[in-house]
Amino acid sequence: MAAGSSIDALGQFELHPVLGALGESLRFSQSPMMMIVAAVVVLAFLYAGMRPAAVVPGRLQSAAEMCYDFIYNMAVDTIGVEGRAFFPFVFTLFFFILAGNYLGLLPFSFAFTSHIAVTLALALMVFCLSIIVSLKVQGAKFFAHFMPAGAPKALAPLLIPIEILSFLSRPVSLSIRLFANMVAGHVMFDMFAAFTIMLAGLGFFGDIIAVGPVVINIALMALELLVGALQAYVFAILTCIYLREAVAH
Amino acid sequence: MCENLDKDNDPSGESFNRRLEAARERLEPRMAARQETGGTLSDLGLVVRSGTELVSALVVGVAIGWGLDHWLHARPWFLIVFSLLGGVAGVLNVWRLVRPDAINTKAEGPDDGSGRI
Repeated sequence: MAAGSSIDALGQFELHPVLGALGESLRFSQSPMMMIVAAVVVLAFLYAGMRPAAVVPGRLQSAAEMCYDFIYNMAVDTIGVEGRAFFPFVFTLFFFILAGNYLGLLPFSFAFTSHIAVTLALALMVFCLSIIVSLKVQGAKFFAHFMPAGAPKALAPLLIPIEILSFLSRPVSLSIRLFANMVAGHVMFDMFAAFTIMLAGLGFFGDIIAVGPVVINIALMALELLVGALQAYVFAILTCIYLREAVAH
Repeated sequence: MCENLDKDNDPSGESFNRRLEAARERLEPRMAARQETGGTLSDLGLVVRSGTELVSALVVGVAIGWGLDHWLHARPWFLIVFSLLGGVAGVLNVWRLVRPDAINTKAEGPDDGSGRI
């Protein structure tokens, strides 16, 4: 990654065709490949976990049931009883993002959540779903939300644009948060790894100091494990909050 | 041996209760710690959210203002107006996130009156 004295920290996010000539002709890059891997990992985990269907669950089944309970409780606690209808959606979203974040931490892998195209598509999916559900449940009353209750009528020309902007900022904040966190984490990994290589080129003392960035990278890995889970959690809980507002009468 | 057996099969269940109490005491701190972690995760989520909530509304405002200017050839008026509105909307987003009655909405029930967060 470090060519001479310059650090190319963003080169890791470039897309390249994979799987040889077939991938070349299909324009099939690492990003969709890792999405498929993430989906397969989650499905395999659930299938392997739930296949025994034992009354007293083993370790894998316990893990699968805990994942189910975690998202189920999140959906039902936040949205209410209607949350059961959206549980599969939230579950899929959470584990797709979590698997994407964590698979991206493996060497020679690629974090598809570090591309704004991917995160914005996910966020717009949530945003459109919440609008559709709002219109279906609340009808025209949905538009009344853009005028805060109890505010003077004279302030409407100012308040309504602000409320609309606040509403429109939802998919942007959802997508930017996930994308920025993943990019920042992977850039930091690359920077400190490049420092190590650069310092190692400076002779004996460089070799000793070069241990420092390696230690920092190990600590960063712990931080990234937290960030990966936290970002998936935030994405899922915000989806629940938006859907709760949509189903509230 | 016989004495030991007697102790375990204590008809009053005193020994059992004592052991249950001991086990509870042993496990309680761990359970409390686990609940603590759950609380921290959502608190941490709140912290992570607030920064982007502030910026994203500004981004949307600037984008809309720039787009309208481009479309209606009114540079720079829409950009100025919508940047300000976007900044205000960002502050509003953060206020909705941290206002006292928004943090505990989970315990309050499905709707906190305003219908929005």
